Amino acid sequence: MTGEMDMTQITSLLVANRGEIALRIMKTARAMGITCIAVHSEADAASPHVAFADRAICIGAGPVGASYLSAEKLIAAAREAGADAVHPGYGFLSESAEFASACMDAGLIFIGPGAEAIALMGNKAAAKRRMIAAEVPCVPGYEGEDQSADVLAAEADRIGYPVMIKAAAGGGGRGMRLVEAPAEFAGALGLAQSEALSAFGSDEVILEKAVIRPRHVEIQVFADRNGNTIHLGERDCSVQRRHQKVVEEAPSPALDADLRARMGAAAVEAARAIGYVGAGTVEFLLDDSGAFYFLEMNTRLQVEHPVTEMVTGLDLVALQIRVAAGQPLGVAQEDVTLTGHAIEVRLYAENPAQDFLPQAGRIALWQPPVGTGIRVDAGIASGQEVSPYYDPMLAKLIAHGASRAEALERLIGALKDLALFGPASNRDFLLRVLSHPEFAAGKATTGFITDHLPEDLTTLFGSAEIALAAALIYRADQAAAARASGVAPELLGWSAQGALQARLKIAADEAVHDLRLSETGGVLTVAGGEWSHQVTGLDSALCVDGTRADLRHTHMEGDCLFLATGARIFEVTRIRAGASAAAGEADGQITAPMHGALLEVCVVVGDNVAPGSRLAVLEAMKMQHEILAAAAGVVTEVPVAAGTQVKAGDLLVSIDVEGGAA
Amino acid sequence: MTVFQSRISPASDAYQTNRAEMLALVDRMRALEARAAAKSDERRPVFDKRGQLSPRERVSALLDPGMPFVELYNMASYLVDDPDPETSIPGASIITGIGYVSGVRCMVFADDAGINAGAMTGKSVDKALGALEIAHRQKLPFIHLVESAGADLMRYTVELWAHGGGMFAGLARLSAAGIPVITVLHGASTAGGAYQPGLSDYVIGVKGNGMAMLAGAALVQAATGEVAKDAELGGAEMHAEVTGLVEYLAEDDAHGIEIAREVVAGLGWPSGAAQVPDYDAPQYDPDELAGVVPVDYRKPYDMREVAARIVDGSRLLDFKPGYGPATLCLQARIMGQPVGILANNGPIDPDGATKATHFLQAMDQAGTPVVFLNNTTGYMVGTEYERGGMIKHGSKMIQAVTNLRVPKISLYVGASFGAGNYGMCGHAFGADFLFTWPNAMTGVMGGEQAALTMEQVARRTAARKGFPVDEERLAAQRAKITAHFDRQSDAFYTSGHMLDMGMIDPRDTRRVIGFCLATCAEGRARDLRPNAFGVARA
Repeated sequence: MTGEMDMTQITSLLVANRGEIALRIMKTARAMGITCIAVHSEADAASPHVAFADRAICIGAGPVGASYLSAEKLIAAAREAGADAVHPGYGFLSESAEFASACMDAGLIFIGPGAEAIALMGNKAAAKRRMIAAEVPCVPGYEGEDQSADVLAAEADRIGYPVMIKAAAGGGGRGMRLVEAPAEFAGALGLAQSEALSAFGSDEVILEKAVIRPRHVEIQVFADRNGNTIHLGERDCSVQRRHQKVVEEAPSPALDADLRARMGAAAVEAARAIGYVGAGTVEFLLDDSGAFYFLEMNTRLQVEHPVTEMVTGLDLVALQIRVAAGQPLGVAQEDVTLTGHAIEVRLYAENPAQDFLPQAGRIALWQPPVGTGIRVDAGIASGQEVSPYYDPMLAKLIAHGASRAEALERLIGALKDLALFGPASNRDFLLRVLSHPEFAAGKATTGFITDHLPEDLTTLFGSAEIALAAALIYRADQAAAARASGVAPELLGWSAQGALQARLKIAADEAVHDLRLSETGGVLTVAGGEWSHQVTGLDSALCVDGTRADLRHTHMEGDCLFLATGARIFEVTRIRAGASAAAGEADGQITAPMHGALLEVCVVVGDNVAPGSRLAVLEAMKMQHEILAAAAGVVTEVPVAAGTQVKAGDLLVSIDVEGGAA
Repeated sequence: MTVFQSRISPASDAYQTNRAEMLALVDRMRALEARAAAKSDERRPVFDKRGQLSPRERVSALLDPGMPFVELYNMASYLVDDPDPETSIPGASIITGIGYVSGVRCMVFADDAGINAGAMTGKSVDKALGALEIAHRQKLPFIHLVESAGADLMRYTVELWAHGGGMFAGLARLSAAGIPVITVLHGASTAGGAYQPGLSDYVIGVKGNGMAMLAGAALVQAATGEVAKDAELGGAEMHAEVTGLVEYLAEDDAHGIEIAREVVAGLGWPSGAAQVPDYDAPQYDPDELAGVVPVDYRKPYDMREVAARIVDGSRLLDFKPGYGPATLCLQARIMGQPVGILANNGPIDPDGATKATHFLQAMDQAGTPVVFLNNTTGYMVGTEYERGGMIKHGSKMIQAVTNLRVPKISLYVGASFGAGNYGMCGHAFGADFLFTWPNAMTGVMGGEQAALTMEQVARRTAARKGFPVDEERLAAQRAKITAHFDRQSDAFYTSGHMLDMGMIDPRDTRRVIGFCLATCAEGRARDLRPNAFGVARA
């Protein structure tokens, strides 16, 4: 051990982040005997990372600029709490050279590389120039300082189409444009530049030859201050949607030991070339000939680091803390072995049916899956609000197995088993990705989602699912009535005059279903307008038309029923007779009768309305519904705007009803 | 108690024949019920146009889904106003029964406005009185879904009008007894019917359709010359704002029913039901009840075969099986509830009558409900039995039956003739519940027996007077008497004339009895808060 230089004991760590990564970092820190200090915005006060920490400090309002992106507030919090070190996690200020410097200036250990390395790698153009100098293979392109449109166009011609325009300061797909032909170049450049300017404060771009349908393979590197720089193998993050990673795995199905060694060596060289310290990731594009090109280097812990942890058995956060404290890595390149296979998926609160629109709202139930080889990194809890201020990633599911097939099977099983009720999520979409034969065969490239998963992800509810939901509501009603009345079980579902027909109106997605249910001899027949299904069995053994429904979780809150089958997570809302009309009549609170998009809001505060006045137009199920005033009065509140999505029961318009009817 | 050993094989021809014949009768009953529903449904375009639910839909919406419902008087009025079996419609334009609303056992009473606009039939008043009385006796909240044209002026009889007042007296008595009456005005409630909401404790009026007035626009114009609109005379909105006759205004039928459910939920009505005790199902499937009984009552069978398919575990304790053996006194449990069962394997003789009397008094002493399974052609006649004190012993039995304080649930399973019907808790003997199977025959005696009796009288008269017997005339008379008696003995006729509380599928017998026993137990356990005059709609 040669840990004599700058050895510092870290006893107290402030995690300048939130959600799953804040929790994940604190878990390791706590295991190392370090006091954990969480920061949180006002919106995150009830978050699990706050509850987990030894101490939590509120650093401002919900918007990131007022809290998690405020270096000043973070440093003040670290000082107040007496922290020795700051871990930035990923995102937010993790790749801010200024924040890294500010921490150092404040006498805090910044867990990451030096500010210089961050600054260098933060600029794609500068980074690429440096990599070319270090003889790391790079995509042919232009990363010059002359940003005039003519020069850029000429460079594009020289590189040869198709070319990629990228924001030099960018990341995450913003300020990025693929240009197929010279005629499109000028327009695409303008868009990329303005996007880059607004997103990153700089409109500098680089050009690269577009590698078509490459794989995205990245190498995890680690360096200590003693000059020990190693790599921990690769991660294959080819499955992406609009440049956002969706699935990550280690090792890559496309690499053999030789290619792994060559790419690893290139990555280590890249890190050494800039005197890198700590955890870093060198991203490469890999084409189908086996050629690879440097893409960029991320100077922080990656979202997908768990797959590397699972195949190497190393705790990357622990290594980060060791290195930051001036200790040697304690792991040599030859110590690194890859065991089995790990795959990760990112669970997002986003609605695939609405072009992956991020979702906010209360998590009615979160029940993570458990199982052999399953790891769940989550930062959510049942009852928590998903706020619109932050990245909608809620959790990561990682499965490890002896083989890729085993890991995949475990991950699919875990995904099917989880419950995430409340905001819409990409869970079903993830299952479709993982279940696709192309992915199972290990052949997915960055073009996978575009090529193999249909654009239209609006999957309408099948009538069998509606019947299943209706049957659950019926059984719940029945059980409640049976409990209340102490009726003998054998009398349930029986009538001396044959089956009675119960009616049930439920809203699912944007459709309203008026259903008729009748029970005979334990068989429940659910009929919609055009269809009818027979539901038998109870609880998890429910069958629709004789087929097991594969029901995993249900959760009922008031009139809302959430269901998770092995294939789909969905919710239905029971519509009670006259409920909204009566409420609207009585107190002038006009609420949305069903889920839908608000096309038009026809009134503003202060308007006088008469009975029948048009208040708003709601589009649901491809039909426009007029929301009319039930009584005369004055509009006192309009909390919604045209163009927004509303849920059944959301307040649309508040009317001070004439005559003070209450 | 030992498990009864059945001697009937469901594979036997006799069983299969019995079952086929019995199920044909059940089908007939279901077809008649369906006839009423279909007739009512003919008015659906009108309901749809007014944005209304049909009466059956209203009842379904009111009841807790998946909870049991026992309809009462399902055959009422059949063969009463219309003697043609092929066209007569059962139900008396009313759907009523006991079911659960918001977890509370209630009496539900819905006017079937689909039939004759809900106007009253010859048996509607009796059906209403029956439902009111059962609600009173079993302490069941009474929910009335109103839409009725009132009395059918074309069929007016003064007795019906006078008798009909009993409906309002019944409502007043319920309120005073501490039993809430809840009314939903779905449509018109005119003339006498207007007192229905007036005498209710809670009234829900449906906007636009709900109406209550002493006289509609037509009558008002005829009486006073005033040209008025129905909505102004008695619309739900008017009553909600002007008269205070309506407590809750509903947007539509479904909403009105939802409010009714909320009102019931708000009563905080204790269920009264103790936890359902653990019990086991009968060893012999109750479904076999359709095949163990010959449809023709003249073929003998062992009523224990029926009891074994009704009681828990098919376990029976036979009380004095060797004494008066044709009269069965059995102890058992139904859905955990101990019961005494009095049943017949034939006519009741003096030993049977004394045994039954003893048994009934013992049941009363222990507070055990009694179930009567009727299959008797009556008390035995003949010198031996007269000398054996048949009158005295039969009377004792009738006295015991009449004055029993425990719940009495009676079923016409086969024959129930003569005073045997009285001794087996027939129509007039205050059963808490009395149902009939579709094959049952009730009357003073069987048609054949009546015809033979009359023939004997004729022959004796002829012999005494020395006239020759006109055999042809006698044969004609015999056929006429047989037909006259049999027509009136038939379960569809008697049930139509409301000599029971409804006709059931024999296969439902255990469930019906279990349901009724629980209804009685709850009612008897319930402490009401009676008051002197009922809740005043002040």
